[in-house]
Amino acid sequence: MKKTIITVVGKDTVGIIAKVCNYLAENQVNIEDISQTIVQGYFNMMMVADVSKSQKGNAEMAKELEELGETIGVVIRCQHEDIFNMMHRI
Amino acid sequence: MINLFEVKETNEMIEKENLDVRTITLGISLMDCIDSNLDKLNRKIYDKITTKARNLVEVGQEIEREFGIPIVNKRISVTPIALVGASACKKPEDFVTIAQTLDRAAKEVGVNFLGGYSALVSKGMTPADELLIRSIPQALASTDFVCSSVNLGSTKTGINMDAVKLMGEIIKMTAEASKDNSCMGCAKLVVFCNAPDDNPFMAGAFHGVTEADAIINVGVSGPGVVKHALEKVRGANFEVLCETIKKTAFKVTRVGQLVAQEASRRLDIPFGIIDLSLAPTPAIGDSVADILEEIGLEHAGAPGTTAALALLNDQVKKGGVMASSYVGGLSGAFIPVSEDQGMINAVNDGALTIEKLEAMTCVCSVGLDMIAIPGDTKASTISGIIADEMAIGMVNQKTTAVRLIPVIGKGVGETVEFGGLLGYAPIMPVNEFSCEAFVNRQGRIPAPIHSFKN
Repeated sequence: MKKTIITVVGKDTVGIIAKVCNYLAENQVNIEDISQTIVQGYFNMMMVADVSKSQKGNAEMAKELEELGETIGVVIRCQHEDIFNMMHRI
Repeated sequence: MINLFEVKETNEMIEKENLDVRTITLGISLMDCIDSNLDKLNRKIYDKITTKARNLVEVGQEIEREFGIPIVNKRISVTPIALVGASACKKPEDFVTIAQTLDRAAKEVGVNFLGGYSALVSKGMTPADELLIRSIPQALASTDFVCSSVNLGSTKTGINMDAVKLMGEIIKMTAEASKDNSCMGCAKLVVFCNAPDDNPFMAGAFHGVTEADAIINVGVSGPGVVKHALEKVRGANFEVLCETIKKTAFKVTRVGQLVAQEASRRLDIPFGIIDLSLAPTPAIGDSVADILEEIGLEHAGAPGTTAALALLNDQVKKGGVMASSYVGGLSGAFIPVSEDQGMINAVNDGALTIEKLEAMTCVCSVGLDMIAIPGDTKASTISGIIADEMAIGMVNQKTTAVRLIPVIGKGVGETVEFGGLLGYAPIMPVNEFSCEAFVNRQGRIPAPIHSFKN
């Protein structure tokens, strides 16, 4: 099963993970892995998610997450894992 | 499993370094539209394009959203129209109606350019080829999205000098016909030596007669990504420099390969080739000239430029070739002037001349591209410049091209604005000594001997 990679980048603030996870839970998206660092006050998070049970398509979810990011003040991207696999794995 | 660092690297390439897929180009054969009745022919062409390319733009946008990678252009290339219209067209105006049909079809499906208003005349011209060529000024002035190309020579056939002479005149007439619109017609017209059948880039894209009914070709880009990678190895030796370019080109091309596979699958049209090209845009940080500067030149055009470009071009291919099994099209570094802010700066500062650009075209793909010249340049001088460039392609067994814009009413020191991806260009001086007697000789330059190379 192909995974979706969700990344959140922006200024660190309270409740970023909570808000993103809430959205994913509401849409039946299972989070399989989370890694996160803060570099010079900037929040960097990557989630590996399984969206196969979600009613929404990848593109629609990407758009909604982007809008959610705007309300929190961070950039959220939701991308099919293949773009990273192609680029970084032979 | 992919890690945070790798994800961050990819996304920074997209967000900060202008990584994108430059074009998905759908090649469509119009051979089955041929009809001796012009109205029927136009109807069949319109129907075939709008049917085959119906979902092209939508699928492109879907891929963009799903993978988070911008796909800048969705385009179409068709069978050279001189072949398709040969039976129906009796005068240049007949060919113009086909150009207008192509334009309507392009607008209907939402693509931003359609290439293939072309003639292949590397050895000789049929009456239809000549009619098409003579219709180019009017065709490009009366359409928005149609691009035209003419293949004037090849390594196997030599150079058709009659066609070279004619194209010098046609380029001037095209400029004249679109002089109220920045001579835009000439930005949509290119002449080639050794034109590839599967080039996805405009203005030279056409769907060769050796191709299948429909095919997806993808052009990648990424000068900004290469430039950024090279910033990290400033001062390192050539081995490190080459390694860095190769690795970066590999990553960029893999994204193109992914997009090509996805587009092919979703449109149910076979995948043709990836064109491994460093295609600049006028955007800051998306420049091939900037890469040359990063390699160690004060400006593009300085001594060492040809060597640096040769190295860059070769490493891009070496890295890219491993990323895709089907590489074709032009594949190399593009050095247009108007579409590359670094090139424009080099011209404005006096570092870069047409003669140096000509030398650079010996070691990279394409040729004299998007160069604005004075509007009073003689047609025979344009033909002479074309002949020189064709000779480089013919002898070196590579593709070369010329896309010059004689800017009517303007001279050296002034600029011309095209807007969008085509950018703007300072008008460059041209050597004014005459080559008229040379160009006026009739016939063709024979093909070069193919062995005894040294």
